[in-house]
Amino acid sequence: MQFTINGQRREADVDVRTTLLDLLREHLALTGSKKGCDHGQCGACTVLVNGRRINSCLTLAVMHQDDEITTIEGLGSPERLHSLQAAFVAHDGYQCGYCTPGQICSAVGMLGEVAAGWGSHVSADLSSPGLNTDEIAERMSGNLCRCAAYPNIRAAIAEVGADHASAAATSARREGVSA
Amino acid sequence: MRSFHYERAATPEAAVRNFDTADARFIAGGTNLLDLMKLQVETPGKLVDISRLDFAGVEDAEDGGLLIGALVPNSDLAADPRVVARYEVLARALLAGASGQLRNKATTGGNLLQRTRCYYFYDLHSPCNKREPGSGCSAIGGENRILAVLGTSENCIATHPSDMAVAMRALDATVVTLKRDGDRRRIALADFYRLPGDTPQIETVLESGELITHVALPPVREGSRQAYRKVRDRASYAFALVSVAGVVRMEDGSIAEARLAFGGLGPMPWRDVAVEQALVGQPPSPALFERAADILLADAQGQGTNDFKIPLARRTLAATLRDLTEAR
Repeated sequence: MQFTINGQRREADVDVRTTLLDLLREHLALTGSKKGCDHGQCGACTVLVNGRRINSCLTLAVMHQDDEITTIEGLGSPERLHSLQAAFVAHDGYQCGYCTPGQICSAVGMLGEVAAGWGSHVSADLSSPGLNTDEIAERMSGNLCRCAAYPNIRAAIAEVGADHASAAATSARREGVSA
Repeated sequence: MRSFHYERAATPEAAVRNFDTADARFIAGGTNLLDLMKLQVETPGKLVDISRLDFAGVEDAEDGGLLIGALVPNSDLAADPRVVARYEVLARALLAGASGQLRNKATTGGNLLQRTRCYYFYDLHSPCNKREPGSGCSAIGGENRILAVLGTSENCIATHPSDMAVAMRALDATVVTLKRDGDRRRIALADFYRLPGDTPQIETVLESGELITHVALPPVREGSRQAYRKVRDRASYAFALVSVAGVVRMEDGSIAEARLAFGGLGPMPWRDVAVEQALVGQPPSPALFERAADILLADAQGQGTNDFKIPLARRTLAATLRDLTEAR
């Protein structure tokens, strides 16, 4: 089977039973994505498929041969951290670190959902949601952290979320659009 | 996971044609099916992948309603501007379910067909009539906190876990299917699910190999208010203990129309026309809401650790009606 992972074409000879997570970890040596519960309950395996966050443990690799898959390895490197990776370091958004790749991939997807105007369970107005602490907590509820580093995880995401919002406002002003 | 044969269907006709053994299953989002396959609760011999079929859009229907493709992910449906503007109860129900990751993958058709989260259904070492017909029900007399108080039988007290389906039940949705013989049919959601009776393993009226292609929503009358209220064990990412989907329209201080569906109480999204009839034509009041709850729960039967659901349903109904009628 052929896959596009972090912008590269990859090939693997795998059984149709192989989940996307097992493909990444066991066959392509991309061990950043973690196996926590293997049942879609913990979010440690979160990756981006065509820009959307999903649980890679709950989908078959064979179903994703035409998709663009992005893992934590594709977001940044130790020399060039993704803004969320840098924010997690700055805010100490972890203790053991096992859930962190999933938290960061999930946060990347989540900020994209907010930018697209998607509401959440805690949005008073579904058509114009904001990004406050309650929104971050609700939208990230699919990512568990056994060390309970939640306050710092929320702070890291809030910082990048605020940068996104101000960048969007700046570009809107530049294009003469009123926010 | 047991081994299986995998085929990706290029057309809906090929999908139903390829469903040529009794132990085949369609797979789309896979978030529930693969979970069950890992545990060997489900052991299909063949998976027909329908995820690339052309049922991933939401269209305006001729009657002023919406035609939702069976493959529309839950997150897309919740964010669709027409759903947000005209079917807020559905958007709210979808957003109250699962997690962001799961909603991105789970589909409209799959959500309707998801299986119960009864602990014993998942545990291969316990008897379960739904998983292994005739083996017995471990939940009756067992741990049944999350299980049903309405519509049960002596063979099964499982609940249907969906939030989305509860809202669709209140909205009078219709399921559109393609059968193996090529016929299409429209099944009112009211007729789609079956009570457990003696055959709890049969959950819907779908025939073997019948494919859900769309869900149709009729228009909601202007001036209606909509709400989805869900009570659960934690603030997010948990199944409903009790939920209420309500669509209510007021006229001159009285309830002109009331459509109410309930999650967490029964083996299917629950709706009781007698409850709605008791409300229509009446000015809202706490006493009226109590009467409606009396009718809803007249036949409710607790099983021990789920007894609390009966008073909880009463209060959740009253709170939802209070919000929808502004009778404070």
